Amino acid sequence: MLQEESDLSLIIAQIVQKLKGSNLYAQLERQAWASLQRPEIKLESLKEDIKEFFKISGWEKKLQNAVYSELSVFPLPSHPAAPPEHLKEPLVYMRKAQRPVGEQKELLNKWNEMGTDEPDLSLFRPVYAPKDFLEVLINLRNPNYENGDSLSFRTHLGLIQVPLKVKDIPELKELFVELGLTTGQLGIDDSTQVPPELFENEHVRIGQKVLTEQDSAAAQQYIRQGSPTALRAELWALILNISSHPEDILYYEQLKTNVIQHDLLVDSLIYKDVKLTASNDDYYFVFEDYLYQVLLCFSRDTSVLSHFAYNSASPPKSYIRGKLGLEEYAVFYPPNGVIPFHGFSMYVAPLCFLYHEPSKLYQIFREMYVRFFFRLHSISSHPSGIVSLCLLFETLLQTYLPQLFYHLREIGAQPLRISFKWMVRAFSGYLATDQLLLLWDRILGYNSLEILAVLAAAVFAFRAVNLMEVTSLAAAEAVLADLSTLKVMPLLQIFLFATVT
Amino acid sequence: MAGKVKWVTDMEKSVLINNFEKRGWVQVTENEDWNFYWMSVQTIRNVFSVETGYRLSDDQIVNHFPNHYELTRKDLMVKNIKRYRKELEKEGSPLAEKDESGKYLYLDFVPITYMLPADYNLFVEEFRKSPSSTWIMKPCGKAQGKGIFLINKLSQIKKWSRDSKTSSFVTQSTKEAYVISLYINNPLLIGGRKFDLRLYVLVSTYRPLRCYMYKLGFCRFCTVKYTPSTSELDNMFVHLTNVAIQKHGEDYNHIHGGKWTVSNLRLYLESTRGKEVTSRLFDEIHWIIVQSLKAVAPVMNNDKHCFECYGYDIIIDDKLKPWLIEVNASPSLTSSTANDRILKYNLINDTLNIAVPNGEIPDCKWNKSPPKEVLGNYEILYDEELAQGDGADRELRSRSGQSLGPKASRLRDAGRTVLTTWK
Repeated sequence: MLQEESDLSLIIAQIVQKLKGSNLYAQLERQAWASLQRPEIKLESLKEDIKEFFKISGWEKKLQNAVYSELSVFPLPSHPAAPPEHLKEPLVYMRKAQRPVGEQKELLNKWNEMGTDEPDLSLFRPVYAPKDFLEVLINLRNPNYENGDSLSFRTHLGLIQVPLKVKDIPELKELFVELGLTTGQLGIDDSTQVPPELFENEHVRIGQKVLTEQDSAAAQQYIRQGSPTALRAELWALILNISSHPEDILYYEQLKTNVIQHDLLVDSLIYKDVKLTASNDDYYFVFEDYLYQVLLCFSRDTSVLSHFAYNSASPPKSYIRGKLGLEEYAVFYPPNGVIPFHGFSMYVAPLCFLYHEPSKLYQIFREMYVRFFFRLHSISSHPSGIVSLCLLFETLLQTYLPQLFYHLREIGAQPLRISFKWMVRAFSGYLATDQLLLLWDRILGYNSLEILAVLAAAVFAFRAVNLMEVTSLAAAEAVLADLSTLKVMPLLQIFLFATVT
Repeated sequence: MAGKVKWVTDMEKSVLINNFEKRGWVQVTENEDWNFYWMSVQTIRNVFSVETGYRLSDDQIVNHFPNHYELTRKDLMVKNIKRYRKELEKEGSPLAEKDESGKYLYLDFVPITYMLPADYNLFVEEFRKSPSSTWIMKPCGKAQGKGIFLINKLSQIKKWSRDSKTSSFVTQSTKEAYVISLYINNPLLIGGRKFDLRLYVLVSTYRPLRCYMYKLGFCRFCTVKYTPSTSELDNMFVHLTNVAIQKHGEDYNHIHGGKWTVSNLRLYLESTRGKEVTSRLFDEIHWIIVQSLKAVAPVMNNDKHCFECYGYDIIIDDKLKPWLIEVNASPSLTSSTANDRILKYNLINDTLNIAVPNGEIPDCKWNKSPPKEVLGNYEILYDEELAQGDGADRELRSRSGQSLGPKASRLRDAGRTVLTTWK
């Protein structure tokens, strides 16, 4: 009891510490001072009156949302905390790569048209692709874990050989209880055959109420049943606790200036990635220029470094020329600590359907990245980390579709080799956009990426009949090449709640 | 069941031929006994011309109306719409209601247009009212963006002023006839780019009017970012969305062809602008298509051997108002991408299912009311017979903005008319 209490007070102290440095704190202080003018605030009961005022004016709600937001990324006690270092070095480094004034002006004019202004890309290859990353994961081993030589029915026959704890279907049913057969869902109960009076109208009405109340926690609960298209942009912003204050817009403009003034090698990787992926995509090609804007700014945003406090990975370091190994000359490169891999731009692309104002789009993406997406390409033991997701996928398949699993394994088509790329990209670029957004609704709603693994397994279950007939990896890939016609929610529902386990 | 349908075409298009062959129809030549002729617009002129024309028999169907140009020639379309509006005004119809500045409330969907050289003086008067505006010059009889250019100075169209003083009895060669319209320089931009909408509309009869809208229309994006800057008025890659033009651009992509489905557009607009304004936009689009058909219906030769599949071009401006740019009698059946090919194949398939019931030898005397099941990706846009059954006054009431009731909500199944919101 005492331990829990002291843990709790530690957490509270840490969050308070964090919030004290935030913009919200300054605003609350200002509001408190201003409220002294109000007639209902009396000197004798100052504290209670101000608290009451905050409650009525909605400021308490904002504070609540901020605390909730911090909690959602609060590191589990077992994670090592890498101290974030907001170095001044990156600025010095970038100054060394400053572009001449003439080129700066030209780039400013072309800022909006970068889709046609990229450097010669033939010399650049993506730093790594999901395939390479998978190889790394396959070779992960826990040196303390004794597997035993004999194979038993417990032996995990998939590619991942790290013994992390993953949920089984009964536990998933508990976690995803709102996806059950008797609960209304957007993605199922809003289809044309169902009269809107049965579910959709009421759900929209509740959504509008949630938005009026501006309550993050309520929004997160609500969105588990899916978000109406017209409310989605605002709901996501509420859940991610993004509001567009002038300071945020200014921060984005500052980043934009950095892009125009300074060159970074990683820019070429970004250009290449966008050209190879989003530019060829039926849904996202329209937003090519937005993607450049967001990603180029993102790579220069040192505030992203703070997520390494709960990301078990560390930002890559680079050393000033001639000073290799000397810590005082080390800088994070790229400045935000994130090296884009092949397909990285697909994290941003779907968001362009929701936000057409660049600084808002940027903020939403950044928050989505530091809350969720980073886990998809860094190695950790977190239940939402990619390693756990892979293991969850393989375990689900081996446990509940053993025949299919063994068959694919026999023909040299380990299922994870096909589904890995779906999960790493959170299915972006594989599903139709409206379906993808319904899926990401649930990621936000449950604050977990486990649904990606469940969906991957559900897709295999759906195409099981065809997959049983293939005899090679290439044929299996072909069966699963086109997911654009899939309806996500029925697949998930059937897999979790309607399959005999 | 007297044998297989005999077909002819003068257009070598695989989407057509594949559809005929999959029905087991038999190819014949023009001079033999044919049942179905998919012809180009040049050929339809010959079939119905005074000199070379011939009577069609009851078991022959063609894919154009004899005087389709009343709708599909840019100048005649505008003439007919103007005439239609004036008629409604004379009748005192509420549809012709105007606002304080004299603009039609419900029938202002074509940008201000003049014929040149006939209306040159009228045009100059209008031009001088707002001299900084941009106008677009389009040759009346051409397609695929050929011959189109933008102007912002009177001097740029001096050529068309020389005959302005002559009487209207002087015949102009159709090749030189142009229309000049106010250029919509504030198009809705997505990703900073201009786009237009291509929608397919099938008309099986004009009197009574029965038309169908293909659900799978698409947006055509420019490859270059839009700018209204006068220095780029000559850059056709910025302004003209025709694929025939864009595909010569540096950044043209053969995978998606710069095309978006209408459902993508809908998702984007609902997410960024809200559901009501998006539904209103699509309702308005349906409305202007029907009004354009109603405008030409009185002058159309409603030959019972004919049906027609039009390609409607619509531009949406940044206030979410749709504008009718033109109607194409012969929408392109060439495919620019794989998706495109599938779409056009299905388009022809569904069109044939409606126009040639059961794929059997046609009888042009049939009532042209196909059962719901054969519509495929088409949905009924407007059925005059059905509409008249429900009472015409409903149309007027909803148009004047009164609350629409439960029927007005989103269309659910393919059988009901799309326009319950404003019928």
